[in-house]
Amino acid sequence: MLGLGILKGFMETGRNFCGSYYDPERLTTVQYPEERLEPQANARTIPFLIYDGSDPIGGLRCTACTICEQECPAHCIEIVKDTAKKPDYLGKMQLHPKVFDIDTAVCMECGICAEVCPFDSIKMDQVFERAGSHRRLTLHKDDLSKSNEYYNKIHPAEAAAVDAARAEEQKKAQARKAAAAVPATP
Amino acid sequence: MKTLDQIFVLTQHWLTGLAPAALQPLVSMLLIIAALMAVFGTCFALTTILERKTLGRMQNRYGPNRVGPFGLLQPAADGIKMLTKEDIVPEAADKALHFLAPLALTAPVWLAFAVLPFGRNMSAIELDAGILFFFAIGSASELAVFMAGWSSQNKYSLLGAMRAIAQMISYEVPLVLASVPVLMAAGSLSLPEIVRAQSGYALGWIPRWNVLTPWGAAGFGVFLVAAAAESNRCPFDLPEGESELIAGFLTEYSGFKYALFFLGEYLGLFAVTGLGVTLFLGGWHAPASWLEWLPSWGWFGAKFSALIFLFIWMRATLPRLRLDQLLNFAWKFLVPLALIDLVAAAAWLKSGGWQFAWALETRWLLCATLLAPAYVCLGRHWRGGTPKPRRYHYAQ
Ligand code: SF4
Ligand code: SF4
Repeated sequence: MLGLGILKGFMETGRNFCGSYYDPERLTTVQYPEERLEPQANARTIPFLIYDGSDPIGGLRCTACTICEQECPAHCIEIVKDTAKKPDYLGKMQLHPKVFDIDTAVCMECGICAEVCPFDSIKMDQVFERAGSHRRLTLHKDDLSKSNEYYNKIHPAEAAAVDAARAEEQKKAQARKAAAAVPATP
Repeated sequence: MKTLDQIFVLTQHWLTGLAPAALQPLVSMLLIIAALMAVFGTCFALTTILERKTLGRMQNRYGPNRVGPFGLLQPAADGIKMLTKEDIVPEAADKALHFLAPLALTAPVWLAFAVLPFGRNMSAIELDAGILFFFAIGSASELAVFMAGWSSQNKYSLLGAMRAIAQMISYEVPLVLASVPVLMAAGSLSLPEIVRAQSGYALGWIPRWNVLTPWGAAGFGVFLVAAAAESNRCPFDLPEGESELIAGFLTEYSGFKYALFFLGEYLGLFAVTGLGVTLFLGGWHAPASWLEWLPSWGWFGAKFSALIFLFIWMRATLPRLRLDQLLNFAWKFLVPLALIDLVAAAAWLKSGGWQFAWALETRWLLCATLLAPAYVCLGRHWRGGTPKPRRYHYAQ
C-alpha cells in the first residue's frame, strides 16, 4: 500500500535522530582540528629525502643519480650535482646533490620517484597541513630532508624492510672488504 | 495568566497609546509589522541552523557546531557571508526583472502573515475572507519564480522555472481543495472564525480539532504534501534540483539576492505551516482543558514547531521525485483524494445531528468506507502503470 515504505523511511531517520544523541558511536564524523585519525601506513602526500645520522644535509642518502628526476612524470624535481664526492653507507664514493628542489605545485604525489630510487633515499611523506603564510611552493633540500626515524614512524613496515635490506648489504660489503683484505696480508 | 496570554496585545496597545492620537493607527500598524518581521526573521535564522543540525543528526553527523555555542551563531556567519559576496548579474540577463524577482518573492509572503491568528486576539487583520487572501498572496510566488528563471537567460534557470510553474499550479489545487472541508465545517472564510469553530472538546476530552475527524485527517495529509510541494521543499524541490539543474531558477543568483530567495522560501513554508496549524490543528487552542493556562501563542508556537520539524524530517527521509511522478501524484492521487474527502466531510457534517446510540462510531465508519478504499485504489494506480521503455527516434 502507498505510504508503508515512506513510514519505514521515517522510522529509519527517526531512529538515527534519537540514536545519535544517546549513542555517540553512531556519529562517524572526526572533528578534525581537535580529533585526528590514526595515520595510515599507506597514505602518501609529497616526497621527502631521508638522511642517516644527525646531519640533515650531510647525512642525505641521495647520490644525485637523477633517476627520479628523469622518471618523474610531472618533471617537478630539479637536481644539480655537487662536484665533491663522499662515501655512502657501503663505503663507495658517491656524488651528492647541491640542489634538490621539488615543485610541490606540480607534484601529483604519484610516488614514482620513491619507487625508482635505487638508494632508498626519496620516500613519500604524510604531511597534509602544508598551508603557510608564504607563497613558496618549491621545496628545497633542507625542507625535504627528514630523518630515518621519521620514516620509521610514518611507514613502519616499509621502513623496517628497507633498514634490514641495507643492514644486509652493509654486512656483505664488510665481508667482501674483509675477504679482499685477507689475501693482501701475506 | 490572562495577562501572559494577552501580553503582546497589551504591549501593543500600551505602546500605541504613547503616540499622539493622530498617529495611532499608523503606529499600531508599524508595531505589528515590526513584530511580525522580528519574530519570523528570527524564526528563519533559527530554522536554517536547526534544520541543518537535525538533518545532520538524521544522517548520523553533528551538523554545524563551530560558530558560537553549539553552532548557534551560524546564521549570523552565513548572513555576513551572503552580504559581503559579490552580486553577479549575467551579461545577457534582463537586469530589471533579475533584480525584482527576489523582491517579488519575498514581499508578498510577508503579507500572508497578516491574516494568520497567532494567538487569542492576535491576528494582524481580521479579514472576512482571510483564507482567500492567503491563497491569492501565496500564488504570487509563482510569478516571482518565473521572473527569476526567465530573466536569467539561462537554460537551467528557465527549465527550473518551468518546473516550478507546473509544480506550484498543480499543487495549489489539492492545497485549496484540502482546505475546503474546513471552510464547510466552520461556515466561514475568516481564519479566526475557523479557529473558534475548533474550540471545545468532544465527549469532554477530545479537542474538536479538524485533524481528529476522519475527513480532517485525510485532508491534513493532503494539505501537508501539497504544502511541502508549494514551498519547494524536499522531496518536491525539483525546480532547484541540484543534480539535474545546477540550482534551477537560482542558478544565476548570488550574494544577497540568493539569500532573499532563501528567506522567501522559508517564509512561504512558515506561512503555509501556520495555515495548516490554523485549519487542522485547532490554531492556538490547547490540546486539553487542564493545559489551557499556557498562553495561546505558546500553543500556536508549539504546533508550528512540530510541523516544521515534520517538514525537516520529510526532507531527511524522502528522495526527490521525477517530474512526471510529481505531476501524476498531484493530479491522479491528491486531487481525487481531496475531492472524495470533500464528499466525506459533507457526509460527516450532514450526519452531525444523529442522536442514536453508536452515532459517532457509525459516522466514523461511514467516512472511513469512503476514504480508505479510495486511498488504497488511488495509491495503487496513480503511477499509471509501468512506463514503456523509451524510444529515441532521432538519436540512434
Ligand atoms: S611523487 Fe610523482 S610527481 Fe611527485 S616528485 Fe615524485 S615522481 Fe614526481
Ligand atoms: S633521490 Fe634517489 S633517485 Fe633521486 S637522485 Fe637521489 S638517489 Fe637518485
